[in-house]
Amino acid sequence: MSVLSDLAVGESGVLVALELPESVQNHLMHMGFVPDAHVVALRRAPAGDPTVYGIDGMEIALRHETAAAIRVKPIDAVQTQDEPSQLAEAAR
Amino acid sequence: MNACCETPAFEPPVGPAAEGALRTVVLIGPPNSGKSTLFNRLTGLRQKVANYPGVTVEQRMGLMAGVGREDLTLIDLPGIYSLTPYSEDARVAVNVLRGRMPGTPKPDAVLLVLDSLHLTRQLMLAAPVLAVGLPTLVLLNMSDLMESRGGHIDTLKLARELGAPVAQISAVNGTGLDSVPLFLNRQNGHGEKAKPLTLPVVGNAASTHSWAAQVSRDTGYQAPLSAENTRKIDNVLLHRVWGPLLFLAVVVAVFEVVFSLGQPLSNGFGDVLARVGDFARPLIAIGWLQSLLLDGVWKGICSVLVFLPQILLLFLFIGILEDTGYLARAALIADRVMRTIGLNGKAFIPLLSAYACAVPAIMATRTIENKRDRLATILVTPFMTCSARLPVYLLLIAAFIPHTYYLHGILGLQTLVMLGLYLAGFVAAFTTARLLKSSILKSSDTPFILELPQYRMPTLYSLALRLMDRARIFMKNAGTIIVAVTLALWVLAHLPVIQTATGALNAPQLADSLIGRLGHVIEPAIAPLGFNWKIGIGLLSSVLAREVMVSTMGTLYGADPSTQAFNLQTALHHDMTLGGALALMIFFAFAMQCTSTIAVVHRETNSWRWPALQFLYMLALAYGAAFAVNQLALMFLH
Repeated sequence: MSVLSDLAVGESGVLVALELPESVQNHLMHMGFVPDAHVVALRRAPAGDPTVYGIDGMEIALRHETAAAIRVKPIDAVQTQDEPSQLAEAAR
Repeated sequence: MNACCETPAFEPPVGPAAEGALRTVVLIGPPNSGKSTLFNRLTGLRQKVANYPGVTVEQRMGLMAGVGREDLTLIDLPGIYSLTPYSEDARVAVNVLRGRMPGTPKPDAVLLVLDSLHLTRQLMLAAPVLAVGLPTLVLLNMSDLMESRGGHIDTLKLARELGAPVAQISAVNGTGLDSVPLFLNRQNGHGEKAKPLTLPVVGNAASTHSWAAQVSRDTGYQAPLSAENTRKIDNVLLHRVWGPLLFLAVVVAVFEVVFSLGQPLSNGFGDVLARVGDFARPLIAIGWLQSLLLDGVWKGICSVLVFLPQILLLFLFIGILEDTGYLARAALIADRVMRTIGLNGKAFIPLLSAYACAVPAIMATRTIENKRDRLATILVTPFMTCSARLPVYLLLIAAFIPHTYYLHGILGLQTLVMLGLYLAGFVAAFTTARLLKSSILKSSDTPFILELPQYRMPTLYSLALRLMDRARIFMKNAGTIIVAVTLALWVLAHLPVIQTATGALNAPQLADSLIGRLGHVIEPAIAPLGFNWKIGIGLLSSVLAREVMVSTMGTLYGADPSTQAFNLQTALHHDMTLGGALALMIFFAFAMQCTSTIAVVHRETNSWRWPALQFLYMLALAYGAAFAVNQLALMFLH
């Protein structure tokens, strides 16, 4: 079990839970950060933080401390959705 | 007075409506779904921007002339992700939609815009909006892009799932828009009404998401390949090294263009204006009237109007930055710097658009969720160099800074001075924000969550709309405030009338006139800054709006026989030093000479305390800096 901020650029994971205040959590969920969503770290801002994450076809920037409160797990070997890998490819 | 954000070209239709007929339609959708483009398409030029009463969220309303329905009012709501209000603008959108917004008519129908490139997530907004129960037309925008990138959706199936008609459109190209009048006509009782369908109870985000995912699966939605272009552009624009460098390069290039391309345009425009005055001169036979209208009012108006081409150029650039989606990238690049002053990258967007005008920029701070962050941003925004300062800077730079070029003619001294002034405002804004955030406005961090939209080609149409709006406001100012001020100045400069030895009535010497006497009263206070009494009068009148400074100078130097024959640049040399000119520019960089800004800060903060504090702080800083510059110039420049 790890957190979103642990993902290196190009890596992806499956979202497990958001450990954030309720209003923030709700806002993020409407932007696609829901459990079981595939998320990929796309790039870091020129200064190294925030990081742009690809989720649900969108690009959302989060600071390190916010991403550190979002738990993710590795993507299982058998995965059906192809979008995250496509995004990861693009990020490389 | 709120000159920067009102366009009076719109009157909502009055009179009784037929029973059950439509009056008001709202346009709702997530951010970046192309809502504004569609709004422009549907309303054409018949729109106005105002504020919702009581709150500070911008309201755009227009008549649906674009689809031949001038009888209907279209309200553009702020872009929202859900009906759970996260920020002030989302609260407003929800209240208007539910008909609970005082002063805004209850909507009769809804146009829901969704971006078909990201339909699954966008459908999350459809559930709560449809659950409101108003007749709704779902518009899948950017359908042309979706299809060209291999996406697919069964719209008939989607309409059945949602219980509402669905149409594929492209707001940019204007295709598919005939579905809008068709839908609206049906609501007028000419056809059967869509029957509301029971949707899943709108619960938490997770259940809404799984509903949306289910619907998009059932309707065979296939997301298009994500746009490679955006990512490729970002590889450069968000590059570690090139990103920030390109950002700086763009800023410098904008000023260089405003100068090198704008200056000849402005000069040409000025020639035309002067010729109009000369043409009118023989038509006005009476001497004093000729002096009042041509030397007073017309000269005053012209001295400001000549800067219109340059101001429009600046607005064009800011408009391009906004419309392409680059501003979000700028916020991302700036986040790290903004963090050191206790704010986040979102506060950078209003600061950047304040280069055009502080009034809309202060209204744009509503996207900042943290109240104290928002207040700090509002308080420092007027330091950013707005376009109203340009006429003052351009006049003084052209008059006092020589045409010297460095680096084989690439970089001019005049541009450098201009950049220095922009930098001074920028540094003042950042230092002040830092001070505020480490003292009275200290707060804990709110998370920085920013969506990076795909890059878009700005449409000529929306850019033209912006520029026309701006030109109209500028001309309106010139036609009202500036005419009034120049009239008053001319009268004060010609009273009291004196009787000469021969018995003829004559205007007094400028220094003996009422305005001259007033000027000499305040002169001791500003003499240490290197300002003469005419500048003092200019400073007083420019509290109304900064550009009034230039028209005041035009009128005063025009009324003085010793400088009457010269153009304003030459006339200024008559009684002003280089040190005084530099001090005057610095004064304008820092002082809050703008009643529109004071009014908008008052409204946004709902207090007089903050704008008063802000005005005095900026005035003190302006006075101190101008004093320092003039004293240094006295020591080192001869």
